[in-house]
Amino acid sequence: MKHFFKFVLLALVLAIGACSNATRFEGEGGGSVGGSGAAGTSVPADGSASDPMSSAFFQQAVGDRVLFAVGQSTLSADAEIALNAQAGWLNKNSDFRALIEGHADERGTREYNLALGARRANAVKEYLISRGVSAKRLQIVSFGKERPIEICSEESCYAKNRRAVTVLSGALTG
Amino acid sequence: MMRFPILLFTSFALIPALAAAQTQGPLRIEITEGVIEPLSFAVPDFVPDTSAAAAYSSQISRVIAADLSGTGLFREIPATAFISQVASFSAPIQYADWKSIDAQALITGGMSVSGNRLTVRFRVYDVFSGAELGNGLQFSGSTDGWRRMAHKVADAVYSRITGEGPYFDSRVVFVSESGPKNDRRKRLAIMDYDGANVQYLTDSSSIVLAPRFSPTGDRVLYTSYESGFPRIYVLDVGRVQRRVLEQQDGTMSFAPRFAPDGNIVVYSLSTGGNTDIFTLNLRSGQRRQLTSAPSIETAPSFSPDGRQIVFESDRSGTQQLYVMPASGGEAWRISSGQGRYGTPVWSPRGDLIAFTKQSSGRFHIGVMRVDGSEERLLTASFLDESPTWAPNGRVIMFVRETQGAAGRASLYSVDITGRNLKPVLTSDGASDPSWSPLQD
Repeated sequence: MKHFFKFVLLALVLAIGACSNATRFEGEGGGSVGGSGAAGTSVPADGSASDPMSSAFFQQAVGDRVLFAVGQSTLSADAEIALNAQAGWLNKNSDFRALIEGHADERGTREYNLALGARRANAVKEYLISRGVSAKRLQIVSFGKERPIEICSEESCYAKNRRAVTVLSGALTG
Repeated sequence: MMRFPILLFTSFALIPALAAAQTQGPLRIEITEGVIEPLSFAVPDFVPDTSAAAAYSSQISRVIAADLSGTGLFREIPATAFISQVASFSAPIQYADWKSIDAQALITGGMSVSGNRLTVRFRVYDVFSGAELGNGLQFSGSTDGWRRMAHKVADAVYSRITGEGPYFDSRVVFVSESGPKNDRRKRLAIMDYDGANVQYLTDSSSIVLAPRFSPTGDRVLYTSYESGFPRIYVLDVGRVQRRVLEQQDGTMSFAPRFAPDGNIVVYSLSTGGNTDIFTLNLRSGQRRQLTSAPSIETAPSFSPDGRQIVFESDRSGTQQLYVMPASGGEAWRISSGQGRYGTPVWSPRGDLIAFTKQSSGRFHIGVMRVDGSEERLLTASFLDESPTWAPNGRVIMFVRETQGAAGRASLYSVDITGRNLKPVLTSDGASDPSWSPLQD
């Protein structure tokens, strides 16, 4: 147990630098999540993110996304570290299924970006499988360039939009 | 037989222009070469034979004038300049009066309304030859369809004068867009080619993409996320009823298009992260896989004879255009310039392929011969894509999206010579146009 959370904290630090939305982390308690969550005692006002078995914890503390280079679907070293953390969490919380969403930036044609998003989502899926997550728990979908999270037309935004996001879809049991 | 002084818009005009583009390399700007002096025309308000027809008199002539002027090949002489009035459809033409205001063509018409039935008659005159051009024609239809009758008159005038096929009496199905970039709402809509008579075909509760007309315009293929995953649907335009065509679990399907027979659908299916091209026979339900490569194969489009399919693939490492037999098999690459090529669409005349090109950070709409020769770029902007052909193969409509956080998508059209680039006005944002065949 203790070991696991050390691992999560490491992943969290890397995830902030690598790929995630900084405001979201600050707003929903980036610093506090590790401490209170690992201790398992205090329950902060923003609720479920402090519960290490919650999807909010997965999203914010474990890190739910990895980023890709232009036109690429290969996983960077940073991405693999983030996915190791995801796999660790998924293996521990085996009630959850995950839908992996692949996305592209706006600098491509619509159909190609759909296909590219599928490649990215699949790269994440295959990696999680290689880390012991059952294929049956994982599905992929591509949104191409249809769902950007950042809207400027600059590389700083494009870099965050070229992503694959692991979205937990309901625990198998209540 | 009369000849107007400008008969330059036959296919002959294109060939030397393409040859020039080839030696100079593809053009990179909105083309101003080959500026043509537009042919001047006058279209007095059509003469109503019945009082009920008076309401349409001016409206019909305005739509005719807008169609013709909108091609960039015609220039209207305004009514304020007229010396002659046309008081009766059958009255003799005072050619001298039209000559003196420099109207090269004169279009006159009459109309009557009986019940909800509108009848429109027209004649076209070559003013400087002092003769009628072709025979008078008459169209009838419901009064609701008065715009269509105006388009039919304009189509006849356009075809007689240019020698090109008609295209004004056509529709466009597209994706209507609203909301900010990070929460964009999309729904299918259909309108006349000039932006009039917009109707919505779906709501915006799920993402819809890339509608494509059937060869007779009765159905539309499109991609929707209503199941949570991209899947292709076919929608009956008249009844606004839809059904899903492809719903294998664990797959995504998109980029559908009809074959010319209206029965086969070609599309791409993504499974395990890999995207290939398939066909589905709507009658038999039979599926067929046409490509099987680890690369992305998508955006297929049939040749008008149904024998070949042009598509895009990144099998070479970047997005490029390929042609293969309609049954699959060996494909050959046709794009050869610098940059990435996508969204190929075979022209209804069979002679050209329109495409999107990305090069040096810019997007272009272009055309090339079906063997890849004579590439010609028609537009350049931050983001142009998704070309669709007018039924006569002379005009291309596409989407242009502007840059930045407030970026908005809107439709444009351009002549295949690169002339006459202009917006197609829609009230909301608009993308992914598909031009219908000419209506009956």
